Amino acid sequence: MKLSLGPVLFYWTREKLLNFYAEMLEQPLDVIYLGETVCSKRRAFGLDEWLGLARDLRGSTTAELVISGLALVEAASELSSLRRLCDNGELLVEANDMGAVQFLSERKLPFVAGPALNVYNGHALAELIDCGMQRWVPPVECSGALIQDSLEQLDRLGVARPELELFAYGHLPLAYSARCFTARAENRPKDDCQFCCQNYPEGIPLLSQEGEALFTINGIQTMSAKVNNLLADYPQLQQVGADLLRLSPRAEGMAEVVQAYHAVRQGSLPPLAVEGCNGYWHGRPGMLGAEEAGLC
Amino acid sequence: MQLVCPAGSLPALKAAVRQGADAIYVGFRDDTNARHFAGLNLDEKQLQTGLELIRKEGRKLYVAVNTYAQPGGWQRWQRAVDHAAELGVNALIAADPGVLAYACKHHPDLNLHLSVQGSATNAAALSLYQQRYNIRRAVLPRVLSLAQVRQVAEKSTVPLEVFAFGSLCIMAEGRCHLSSYLTGESPNLCGVCSPAKAVRWQEDADGLSSRLNGVLIDRYAKDEPAGYPTLCKGRFMVNGQRFHALEEPTSLNTLDLIPQLAAIGIKAVKIEGRQRSPAYVEQVTRVWRAALDAYARAPQSFSVQPQWRSALATLSEGSQTTLGAYHRSWQ
Repeated sequence: MKLSLGPVLFYWTREKLLNFYAEMLEQPLDVIYLGETVCSKRRAFGLDEWLGLARDLRGSTTAELVISGLALVEAASELSSLRRLCDNGELLVEANDMGAVQFLSERKLPFVAGPALNVYNGHALAELIDCGMQRWVPPVECSGALIQDSLEQLDRLGVARPELELFAYGHLPLAYSARCFTARAENRPKDDCQFCCQNYPEGIPLLSQEGEALFTINGIQTMSAKVNNLLADYPQLQQVGADLLRLSPRAEGMAEVVQAYHAVRQGSLPPLAVEGCNGYWHGRPGMLGAEEAGLC
Repeated sequence: MQLVCPAGSLPALKAAVRQGADAIYVGFRDDTNARHFAGLNLDEKQLQTGLELIRKEGRKLYVAVNTYAQPGGWQRWQRAVDHAAELGVNALIAADPGVLAYACKHHPDLNLHLSVQGSATNAAALSLYQQRYNIRRAVLPRVLSLAQVRQVAEKSTVPLEVFAFGSLCIMAEGRCHLSSYLTGESPNLCGVCSPAKAVRWQEDADGLSSRLNGVLIDRYAKDEPAGYPTLCKGRFMVNGQRFHALEEPTSLNTLDLIPQLAAIGIKAVKIEGRQRSPAYVEQVTRVWRAALDAYARAPQSFSVQPQWRSALATLSEGSQTTLGAYHRSWQ
């Protein structure tokens, strides 16, 4: 089983980003996704900087480096940036919008289908494979059973399976909007956001009026409040045929997360239960943990 | 611009026809469409009756098969596409690349419209669906500003339909899993958002609480009007403040934008609300027909009549309307 580090979904300062990747270089990661997937206004680190970082990292890691594209592509300027990203000429691209799929397919370039693409069954998989998809990261709401059924459906269509990468760890990216909820929470207009999301390295918790943590506000993205963690489900992830497990960066403690997954893939027994949630994997509401879902 | 109106029942379909809808969109009675609500949508006999009326009146019928097919139920989506083709509908509205590919291959004469659930917000995404599936129209998600709609229209040869009136999805359609995170059921896979079966109302001394799968969505004081607990429109706590952190209960209303949308070359405007009553469909269709006709008669002197505005306000969530993402300041 390979371990991948997903793109950083939060807006971190340049210094924090560089420190983070320096730390991650020491970790047993097989794939590292770079790039901005949430908001085109987060320019502290632009495409050229990401590509520069990739070149620097390449000297010190054997991990495959992939550049991830924006998920919600609205303005013409965002579309031309996305075209440039697809034309980067060096790195494999993770497409998070069908616009990127179109650019990559026109160029006959292979790509990773990111979790923001709606691919939910074998027929859709076959379509994306025909466009050049070589690795599939299913939408985060997919259950293990749906993923397995999709791959078996693909087998029946006589199409070779893509690599399967599961979103195993991190706050789940759940929704994208034109509206910036971080700016809204700070009473700022989006066009004058002053990059306030940079003040929240792991987003802003959104709670119910009873204090129950529901979501995490991250600019135009809404994430789960709970951290999804499939480590306890490791044997099932293998059974379904996962080739890679994606660990989505958090502001603190990522090295420990990588180590915990690494230990299990090297043969340590997976924990019986973990904190956080894994409801989606079990076909239940995403917010539930195995215990609440009645599985322990 | 064509007026496309919703019908979740035969009486709603008749009301839309009566009030001058150019096209009426419906769904079958299962999870193949994004309004899979109990008791909603047309059965076989109602569809036939509706279709006869639509043909007689020279209108168009669109069928939405716009959820993402679950692999285990693929036959249902396949049958829905076949059935729409057999009925001879004027367009099939779909989002799933697998469903679109099937429809394009097996029913080449069936007009395909890309559903808003397809989440295509830019010209490159539209090209993909156009080149691969020969879509004849696309419905744009409610996330674009007017300037962005114009950019897409300039760059794309796909005829465009935009939302004109109704409930406001604040997330890009097809890109929202909030409902499944709380309830296990999502628009993409199950055709529902904040499903009614997960809703609980609780009255106590302080007022009324609305819950979704046990999660408190909002709490209303005794004299406060309460709305359906669509989870993105609840009041939550962020940074110690209690407010509508995502969006207020409000409806999209774009009467004011008719001249701009027409100038951009938008082909059709869509009224949301297959889940709404026939009376709702009747009134909204009447106002929008009047407005579009007034614009067509005298584009230069078009102005929104106060009675149109007040009629729509009474039908809106929380009696409020907004230009939504079309207006940059909303974002």
